[in-house]
Amino acid sequence: MAGRGRGMAAFTFRVENLGISRANMPEARRGPGQLFPILECKPVPLEPGPGDDYMLSLKQEIRDTMRQLPCYLKPNAAKSEVERYKDKYAKERIQIKDEEWTPDWNRLPKELMPKANLPRKKSALKKKPKKLTSQEKDSVLSKLSELEKTDNVNADEEKEENVSENKKKGDDDNDEDEKEEIEGEEFDEEEVEEENDYIASYFDNGDDFGAGSDDNMDEATY
Amino acid sequence: MTTQEVRLCGLLLQEHFGGVVEKVGTHLIRSGALTLRAIVQETNMSLDLVKKSLCVLVQHGMCVFGAGRRGPGWPVEYCVCVERVLYMLRYPRYIYTAKSLYGDTGELIVEEILQRGQMTMSCAVKTVADRLTQNMEDGCSMDYSEVVSAFSNLVETHFLQRCPLVAEQGSAPPPTTSTLETAPPPPAITCPPTPESNPDCYRLPQINLRGRGKRRRSSEDGEDQRGGKKPKLDNGQPVGDEDIYWQVNFARFHLHFRDQGIISAVACKLDQTSSEIVRTMLRMSEVTTQPSAAHTQPLSANEIFRALPPSYSIGRPILDQYLTLLVDDPMEFVGKSGDSGGGMYVVNLHRALANLARATLESVVQERFGSRSARIFRLLLRKRHLEQKQVEDFAMIPAKEAKDMLYTLLSENLVQLQEIPKTPDHAPSRTFYLYTVTQLPTARMLLQRCYKTVSNLIERRLFETKENKRHLEKSQRIEAILASLQTTGAEPTQLQEVEEMITAPERQQLEALRNHINKLDSSENQVDESIFLLESYIKSAGTTR
Repeated sequence: MAGRGRGMAAFTFRVENLGISRANMPEARRGPGQLFPILECKPVPLEPGPGDDYMLSLKQEIRDTMRQLPCYLKPNAAKSEVERYKDKYAKERIQIKDEEWTPDWNRLPKELMPKANLPRKKSALKKKPKKLTSQEKDSVLSKLSELEKTDNVNADEEKEENVSENKKKGDDDNDEDEKEEIEGEEFDEEEVEEENDYIASYFDNGDDFGAGSDDNMDEATY
Repeated sequence: MTTQEVRLCGLLLQEHFGGVVEKVGTHLIRSGALTLRAIVQETNMSLDLVKKSLCVLVQHGMCVFGAGRRGPGWPVEYCVCVERVLYMLRYPRYIYTAKSLYGDTGELIVEEILQRGQMTMSCAVKTVADRLTQNMEDGCSMDYSEVVSAFSNLVETHFLQRCPLVAEQGSAPPPTTSTLETAPPPPAITCPPTPESNPDCYRLPQINLRGRGKRRRSSEDGEDQRGGKKPKLDNGQPVGDEDIYWQVNFARFHLHFRDQGIISAVACKLDQTSSEIVRTMLRMSEVTTQPSAAHTQPLSANEIFRALPPSYSIGRPILDQYLTLLVDDPMEFVGKSGDSGGGMYVVNLHRALANLARATLESVVQERFGSRSARIFRLLLRKRHLEQKQVEDFAMIPAKEAKDMLYTLLSENLVQLQEIPKTPDHAPSRTFYLYTVTQLPTARMLLQRCYKTVSNLIERRLFETKENKRHLEKSQRIEAILASLQTTGAEPTQLQEVEEMITAPERQQLEALRNHINKLDSSENQVDESIFLLESYIKSAGTTR
């Protein structure tokens, strides 16, 4: 015990003053304690209290139900390389579940709102005036044709035929153009949705959902 | 935030909201207030998921947001309240308390609100009525008005309260940061708006649900209705409380727990009758006493006598004797504050908590280190400061053993050492070494230990479940098959055949697993009781200073 002797010699006082004698010097501690120290005293059994069993079942029940609630977020499944048949149904099922929960956006910062809502809103805004214009166009066209008829009473019959033919063609063209436009718009939206994968988002606040046309578009995505 | 708290929060979030929220939550806890952008960048998660997680956290009141430190006009910052996350551990107790106070209806209301974070009254009432109806026999149904009355009872007794108003919102159209400038006083993230700041906090809204009392909800559409978050009636008529959300008032529940704790402690220490007296005193001063008050409002013996329920049949002289006994008790649950009116008595709430916490500490020392160490510990608690020699003498334990125990306690930080030098050179020979126990820091340390214990319990449970995943899945599948067979009316032999697909050893293993998990879960519940006691003691010690 050379080391200890040296240690003792280092003290400038009698160690006995502290109430420590050589005989009852406690053992020195070596290194940190064990990670799993041996329990000297066995833990006491649980104390049975009133309602313990009930709270136990409540606890397990909460755990299970929370897992099924929409606030239990699952990570976005990585898109697999191969498109599987079941994906469609899996996604549909998820969506049905997801629609259950829509937080009140008035109580949350606006920045948390998923962007999926924004383009859709815009498109809805855009579409409305378009539809109006198509109706207006019709009315304008019919008006024009009436005006033309009244104006061209004096004109040559040949000319009139030409004009009416042209007009008819123009009308058809117009219609087709419009259709194309609308389709193009829908297509755009689909692209946006697919890009962002926001279709599977359940933060859809349901406002513009269920309008009919939007529903159809959603189905077309898959 | 301590490591243990963060770890426990992570486990709780994981268990209740899944791994995604857990990641966002723990990151927020570790780094304090952060903006959305910062969270996305630092967690490397998709923006979409982070947004959803924040929504979940805010919905459950575990996350507060507001204009950041840099003032209004800057991006919104988010901050997780660790305390609130840890309350998740206590959910079963809240629900059980609601059940014991307000029956099944109250239980279901509290349960639904806890599970969803916040709910409108109409939505909660409807969901609860549907659930109750489903559990009833055919032909019976739950009246909405009954649920409404249970709900209003809960609100009147302040167990439920309105969610605080979101100040920063209001007229904020686009998600740009400039909207914050329009908000008058930006709530600093450190002090979120308290629910009590709202004068209507406990006022019930007028909802027109009364007209549509009974409605049968059989199993076929019950599933769809359960998640009904949209406050819409069948006929699309608005209910009238669309934007009034309710949450559980945890503080009120904690006051109730505290009172119950004091009452049951008195019942253990003295007897049932004295606990009833204390219960009466607490009930009388429930309304008049501030939640953070150190003691209740003084009550005269006459008042207490009049308020005692006649069924106890306690005579006036007996009451006086009991009160004297309570005042003389070393636990000091009841104190005497004056002599007028037959003696004025108070319940020492904070002192009771401190004494209960002390008893917890003592019992921990006793169970971990044996009764003789506990004797030393109690001795130090009573005598405050003692020298080593004195400890040996007073505790009447042989010097060597006493030293051993004392050093063990010292190394576990349950006992502190105070040096008092006689000379400025701190020479050991001329220094007093005084051993002492400081209750508050020791309680704090024990609280952290409790957090660690719960984390370990949860982790052990997860491990057990993972180990037996295959068996669990198999038994679930077979149960499903059995259920479907039973509905189709299969023969008993067939059923038995399916049942036998789980072999006897598997069945044994499943049984053992169930036992283990039950034990672990009950342990969690019981550790939480200690956590609650220590937390309220630490909080009360903070306010009395």
